[in-house]
Amino acid sequence: MQEIQSLMGGFAVAMSWFNLALMLAGVTLGVLIGVLPGLGGANGVAILLPLTFSMSQQPGGATSAIILLSCIYWGALFGGAITSILFNIPGEPWSVATTFDGYPLAQKGRAGAALTAAFTSSFVGALVAVVLITFISPVIARFALQFGPPEFFSVYLLTFSAFVGMSKGAPFKTIAAMMTGFALAAVGIDTVTGQLRLTFGFTELLKGFDFLIAVIGLFGIGEILLTIEEGLEFRGAKAKLNMKVVLETWKELPKYWKTSIRSSAVGCMMGIVPGGATPASFMSYGLAKKMSRDGEEFGTGKVEGVVAPETAAHAAGTSALLPMLTLGVPGSPTAAVLLGGLLIWGLQPGPLLFVEKPDFVWGLIASMYLGNIVGLIVVLTCVPLFAAILRVPFSIIAPVILVICAIGAYTVHNSMFDVWLMMIFGILGYVFKKLDYPMAPLVLALVLGDRAEDAFRQSMLGPEGSLGVFFSNPLVGTITGVSLLLLFWPLISRAIAIARGRR
Amino acid sequence: MQDNKPVASMRTAELVMAVLFLAFGALVMWDTRRLGVSWGDDGPQAGYFPFYIGLFIVVSSVANIFRAINLGEKGRKAFVEWGQLRMVLLVMIPTAVYVALIANPWFSLGIYVASAIYIAFFMWHLGKYGWAKIAPVSLGVVVFFFLMFEIWFKVPLPKGPVEAAIGFS
Repeated sequence: MQEIQSLMGGFAVAMSWFNLALMLAGVTLGVLIGVLPGLGGANGVAILLPLTFSMSQQPGGATSAIILLSCIYWGALFGGAITSILFNIPGEPWSVATTFDGYPLAQKGRAGAALTAAFTSSFVGALVAVVLITFISPVIARFALQFGPPEFFSVYLLTFSAFVGMSKGAPFKTIAAMMTGFALAAVGIDTVTGQLRLTFGFTELLKGFDFLIAVIGLFGIGEILLTIEEGLEFRGAKAKLNMKVVLETWKELPKYWKTSIRSSAVGCMMGIVPGGATPASFMSYGLAKKMSRDGEEFGTGKVEGVVAPETAAHAAGTSALLPMLTLGVPGSPTAAVLLGGLLIWGLQPGPLLFVEKPDFVWGLIASMYLGNIVGLIVVLTCVPLFAAILRVPFSIIAPVILVICAIGAYTVHNSMFDVWLMMIFGILGYVFKKLDYPMAPLVLALVLGDRAEDAFRQSMLGPEGSLGVFFSNPLVGTITGVSLLLLFWPLISRAIAIARGRR
Repeated sequence: MQDNKPVASMRTAELVMAVLFLAFGALVMWDTRRLGVSWGDDGPQAGYFPFYIGLFIVVSSVANIFRAINLGEKGRKAFVEWGQLRMVLLVMIPTAVYVALIANPWFSLGIYVASAIYIAFFMWHLGKYGWAKIAPVSLGVVVFFFLMFEIWFKVPLPKGPVEAAIGFS
C-alpha cells in the first residue's frame, strides 16, 4: 500500500491554503469557461497557461500551477452540463448526450433535479477515475520505465491509430487532419540536423507552430463563428437549485447504482484511449437505455438518462490524464494542453516523473480528489449565478471572448504574428467543424509530432536500424500490432459487414 | 440576394477543402526533397519523416476527393447560406480590423484601446445598444484586463499612445 502513503504525502502538498484557494478559483473559472460559448476546457486552459509562467518559477510553484489548471479542467467538465440541461446547448462535445434527458427534465420544471443528478454523477465518475489513477498509474509508470524509443513510438502509433479506428467519421479525414498536425509540428529547425524545414524563407516560421495558438483558434474562434451563424438566440429554462431539491434528488440517485457502476467502467476504459470522452458518454447512454427497466422512456426526461452520460464523460475526462502522466501521451486535447504546460514549466512528462518529481505527481493526484469535492460544492451552490451569465446577450459576450482569445494568443510568445495565426486557425476550425474534419487529432499531432519523430529516429539508430525494430520484442510487437489493427479497423469492419451481408 | 440561398454546396466545399489539403501535402513533400528523404549515415535524414507525412496527406486527400464526388444526396445540401455567411463576415471583418489596430507599422493603438473600440463597435452594430450601455461595458472590461495583466500578473501586452500618456509603456 505504498500508493496510500504517497497519496497522503500528496495531500500534505495540496492542502495548503494557497493551493486550496487556487482550487476554488480554478473550479469557478472553469465552470465559467465551460458555460461560455467559444471557451471550453482546452482553449480555456491554453489561454490561462501563460499566466502560470511566473508562478511555476517559485519552489513548489509547478504543483500549484498544475492544480490551478487541472481545476479549471474539472470546472469546465462540470460547466458543460449546465448549458446542456438549461439551454439545450452542449458546452462540450461530451455533454451532447446529457441534453437528451437533461433538457426535457428542465422543460418539465425539474431543472434542479437534472442539475443535481448531473453534478453528483459527474463527481462519482471522476472519483472512480481518480481512484483508478491513484492505484494504476504508479504500476504503469514503473512498467514504462523499461520503455525504449521503439516502445514509445509504438505507443504514439497506438494513440493516433485509435483516432482512426474509433472515430465515427470518414477515416481519411481523420488521417488528413492528423497528418496536417504532424506537418505543422515539423515546421522550424530540425532538432537533430539543425536544418530548416518547411519555413520557405519566412523568419516568423523559424520557431514553428505553437499548439496553444492552434487550440485557441480552432476551438475558440471556430466555435464563436459557428454559434454566430446559428443566430444569437439563447432561450433557457429557469434554474433554481435549493437544498431541498438537492437532498430529494440525492435520495433518488442510489436507485441508479447499477448505471453508475457501468458508466464509470465505460468511462474509465474509454478515457484512457484518446478521444474517448464523447463516445464514452454516448455508449453509456445507449447501454443505460438498453438495460434500464424504463429504457423506453429515455429521452422524455429521466434522471437516469442524465446520470449515465455524465458519469461516463467525467470518468473519461479524468482518466484521460492517466496516459498523460504515466507515458506522456495525452488522451484528450485538454490533457494535451496540460502536457504542454508541464513541458513549459520544465517538467518531462512520462514514467520518470513519478521517480523524479513525486511531490508534483502526488500533489496533482491529491488535488484531483479535493478539486472535485470543491467543484461539486461550487456548482451546487452557484448554479443561478452561472445561469445568469448565460443570459448576458451574445453581442456582449462574443467580443469579450474574442478579446480574451486575442490576449491569450499574444501572451504565449508575446507575438502579434501569433494573433493573426489564431485568426487563421479560427477559420480553419469553422470549416473543419462544418465538414466533419476532427480537430483533436490535429492538436494531439501538433503536440506530439516532434516527440514521435524523435522516438522514431532514435529507434532507427539502434542496432537493428530498420522498421523491424517495431516488432523486435513481444511488448513492442503487441503494441504495434494492436495499433495496426486499430488503424485498419474501418477497412476490417467494412470487410466483416460485407462478409456478413453475403451470407 | 436571399438569405437562405446556399453560397456553396457541401460537395463543392468538400472538394475545395480536399484539394487544399492535397496542395498542402504536395508542398510538404516538395520541401523535403531539399532535405533528403532517404537514409543517411546516422539514420533517417531530416526530410524522411515529413516526406511520409506529406505522402499520407496527399493519399488521404485523393481519397477524400473521390468521397466528395460520390457524396450523392448529402452533397447537394448547403455548406453555408448567404445569411449565415453574412453573420460570420460581420464578426470576422471587424475582428481582423481589431487585430490590425492593436499593432501595425503605421499607427498602433495597443491592445486595450483597440479592445474598447472593438467591443463598443460589436455592441453598437450587432446588439443595437445605446451609448449608455456600451461605454460602461467596453471601458469596464478593458480596465479590468489592464489591472489583471499589467498590474496583478505583470504580463505586458501591446500598448499605445493612451497608455504612454498615463505612464505605462
